[in-house]
Amino acid sequence: MVENNVDTTGYTLFWFHRLMIFYGLLFVVVEGLALLDLGVSPYAGDVFHETPLIIYFFHFVIDYAEIVFMMADALTAVALYLAVKDYNKTVFRKQKYALEAERYPLDCLELIRTPKEMYYIPLKVAMFYLLNPFTILSCVAKSTCGLNNAVIALFILCTVKGSSLMSAIFLALATYQSIYPLTLFAPALLYLLQRLYIPVNWQRSSFWLFTTQYTFMYLGSLCVMVCLSFFLLSSWDFLSSVYGFILSVPDLTPNIGLFWYFFAEMFEHFRLFFICVFQINVFFYTIPLSIKLKEHPIFLIFMQIAIISIFKSYPTVGDIALYMAFLPAWNHLYRFLRNIFLVSVVLLACSALFPVLWHLWIYAGSANSNFYYAITLLFNVAQILLVSDYFYAYLRREHHLTHGLYLKRKDGSEATLVLK
Amino acid sequence: MGLLSDPNRRRALTKLLTRLNAPICVMCYLAGVAWFMGLAFEPFTLRTYMSENAMGSTMVEERFPAGERALATGREFAAHKKKVGGMPVDWLVKTMQSRGLEVFTQSFTRKLPFPDENKERYMVRGTNVYGILRAPRAPRTEALVLSAPCSEGNNNNQAVGLLLGLAQYFRSQIHWAKDIIFLVNEHDLIGMQAWLEGYHHTNTTGGDWSPLQGRGGSIQAALSLELSSDVITSLDLVLEGLNGQLPNLDLANLFYAFCQKIGVLCTIQGKLQRNDWDTTSGYSHAAQTMMLMVLKQASGRPWGDHGLFLRYHIEAASIRGINSFRQYKTDTTTIGRLLEGMYRKLNNLLERLHQSYFFYLMPSLSRFVSIGYYMPAFGLLAVILLLRALDLWVQLGASPPGTEDGVAGGVQPSSPGVLSILTPVVISHMTGVALYTLPILSQEMAVQHFPVSETEAVVLTAIAIYTAGLALPHNTHRLLQGEGTEEGWRVLKLVALLYLAVLLGCTALINFSLGFILALSLVPIAAFITPHTPKALSAAIMVLLSPGCTLLYCVFVFQELQETPVSLQDGWMLFLSVISQGILDHALYGSLVYPLLALLIYPCWLLLWNILFWK
Repeated sequence: MVENNVDTTGYTLFWFHRLMIFYGLLFVVVEGLALLDLGVSPYAGDVFHETPLIIYFFHFVIDYAEIVFMMADALTAVALYLAVKDYNKTVFRKQKYALEAERYPLDCLELIRTPKEMYYIPLKVAMFYLLNPFTILSCVAKSTCGLNNAVIALFILCTVKGSSLMSAIFLALATYQSIYPLTLFAPALLYLLQRLYIPVNWQRSSFWLFTTQYTFMYLGSLCVMVCLSFFLLSSWDFLSSVYGFILSVPDLTPNIGLFWYFFAEMFEHFRLFFICVFQINVFFYTIPLSIKLKEHPIFLIFMQIAIISIFKSYPTVGDIALYMAFLPAWNHLYRFLRNIFLVSVVLLACSALFPVLWHLWIYAGSANSNFYYAITLLFNVAQILLVSDYFYAYLRREHHLTHGLYLKRKDGSEATLVLK
Repeated sequence: MGLLSDPNRRRALTKLLTRLNAPICVMCYLAGVAWFMGLAFEPFTLRTYMSENAMGSTMVEERFPAGERALATGREFAAHKKKVGGMPVDWLVKTMQSRGLEVFTQSFTRKLPFPDENKERYMVRGTNVYGILRAPRAPRTEALVLSAPCSEGNNNNQAVGLLLGLAQYFRSQIHWAKDIIFLVNEHDLIGMQAWLEGYHHTNTTGGDWSPLQGRGGSIQAALSLELSSDVITSLDLVLEGLNGQLPNLDLANLFYAFCQKIGVLCTIQGKLQRNDWDTTSGYSHAAQTMMLMVLKQASGRPWGDHGLFLRYHIEAASIRGINSFRQYKTDTTTIGRLLEGMYRKLNNLLERLHQSYFFYLMPSLSRFVSIGYYMPAFGLLAVILLLRALDLWVQLGASPPGTEDGVAGGVQPSSPGVLSILTPVVISHMTGVALYTLPILSQEMAVQHFPVSETEAVVLTAIAIYTAGLALPHNTHRLLQGEGTEEGWRVLKLVALLYLAVLLGCTALINFSLGFILALSLVPIAAFITPHTPKALSAAIMVLLSPGCTLLYCVFVFQELQETPVSLQDGWMLFLSVISQGILDHALYGSLVYPLLALLIYPCWLLLWNILFWK
């Protein structure tokens, strides 16, 4: 990519650009397009790792790339707005039924959500996405992550609206783009089941019927997309180049994730084992979380998106922006959050330190990768703490809603809940 | 994790931190200052050692014989310089060619944003001349640079003479595995900037220069030589580069090792090393040396012509010959041998210098303090900000009794509107932007209306905006929100504290000295400012500890440490010229200190000022 090696500043600027987003940048797509125009497989080089549909999409819109990325972000924001609005309506209706049925303990009234506080939540979610510096960064750098976010947001919207076919199609599209959204299958299924009042019960045929139906729609559309890709390029190159690239992590360019440093240090013969361990990490939490949160699929979606963006192999700041957009939707958990101050300070400080340490390492040459990785590690620990804090708070609220807010010990003194 | 998840233990810890907050903060501040002062104490520092294998064990024999001839060349150069009234380009080209170098020239012009009164230049036009000695023994992929400035008046003629002498001598040797570039740059850093940008195909500051016709490989190391007398008493090593960046410590080690070997007196910050570290005067000598380095580094300006190389990942230092009244003199042949030895060792490098430290402070040339030792001093200051922020956070949460564990919390406090926080933040930053842009933009207008020169106009406008900022932004939230609430200033202070902590942390990582000096003055006011402290006294303290005043103190301390104390009047003039130099450094070389102070630190201080006058 860089013609002149003497041109150190240009070179570092190139890497600086990569720092911002690391993966899925537009100029890589341009490279793929150029190869395609020359009649070569776009995957012949070692740079392009986007899916064939992306390359054909940009084949038509490459001249309007800036607008496309802005539109994608706007689309994401609108989809999130509508989705959260609809979801809030559902939540409120459910709460009303529960209140009418007098299922909540009396001292829990202050936990009840009011329409007044819920009114601005959808707007906040959309604004949180659009005004998030991470989103802006991602959009300015023209990362395809913006498009993936739009697809996931549309998937959430369709799921919340209860359109199982569209939901399956968008989920398939998201999976096709980056594999990991596969784990969103479980929450989507749970939500749609809940919407149709089908209990999750292994003995019920209606449960199996719908599950099979949704699985079929999902796998079918995924199959169509993969075959379409094959017919577009008439080769299966893209499978190894896109999915192999995501799963086997050959590119160890520093990013904000956990993989690069670890695998740069790894002895070669342990590589396969640890890749499996790291990758399973993303998918592993799906089952326990789905069991624990089967009544709350939308929160489960949030958890899954967050886990994906933390543990995926090439995370970018755009991914973080997507799950952070959901934080205003859980405003009511605020009182149960324990480490929010610590976590937000760490996240803030790390976001500021990323460019500084990158500058010192790559540009000034005075610091080294260890400095940068230390911050990456801290950043991810903070993210994990954030997500687990929200998880704990959510469970805690549910616990109080069934057992009453002021827990008493057996001897009558005030009890506190301890998470161990 | 027990500490984070067990509510009882958390409560105990938070209680402890909030109850003992003020004493802990004071302790931290004192400990931070004490730690910093302790860094100059010899038992706490490490002895320097050569880390780079390629430069360590290899023996090099220095045989440079032609010191006298170099001086003669220097005199010839001086004569030609006088005749032409500037850089004698033709003569230099001819001389270099006759010494067997590939010679090229580069012309450049630069219009300064306003006249530089220290160096008396405005429209700069000049030529760089450089000759490349091609490496006979290796593919020409790497290069070393030796540069000498062609300065005004009678300065540095000997340096150019020695450079040409070395070129001739190096030409006859066969050891060279790297291209050696001999550069004579005009108009010191402006010429250097033009040459470096030309060499690397970049243009970061919008200068106008002709492209380079000849290139060597990628530059591995560079030395800049300044020599203005035939004999010298000592050599001074200058390390501080642009934005406080330092070259790899191995370069300093190399210089020190050769000075020891050849027997040349060597100094850093113009201070000789002393052996009596256990006496008070010995300690204070080391402390003075270190503080000079801290002040120079904090200024963020290149303190020699080498300063711009560092930006391109090239290890570089300036070597300055000093002629004082000491008896023992060193002649040019010896300096030539020293440089020959250093270049022979640099020639042996297999990769860029990277083994040794990049972050260090030097209390003497043979001792250094690495980042792991000096960072705690800053950390102790920064932790005060975080402790205060934690305290505020708990206070904000605690206004309804004990939301600590979520259970006992009553109604959420009506949070102060975002607007009431955002308004002071935005207005402070707007003032910062004004401070950054207006001085240069409005110089013409100022010159028309007031009897001042352009430079004075820029500096005085900067000071005027700085002072006006004090009157302008406070209590703006009242326009929108009516009365400021108790929560309002707490939230604002929380924001200001975190902002300052992140800002100082980032600054200290890039330029420790700057971060530390700013922390030293800003942390106390940030920690203890509230609207309830006595107004007049607090306001006076805040002004005295504001970034501008800190700069003024730094000027005086610097002069004091350099043993050239100045009167108040001269100090003020110096302060003005330091401001103009800071603005010029930013415009010419892209130094970041001025924008940092104007766009970030000053607004942050204004936020604190705002809190003091919160109503």
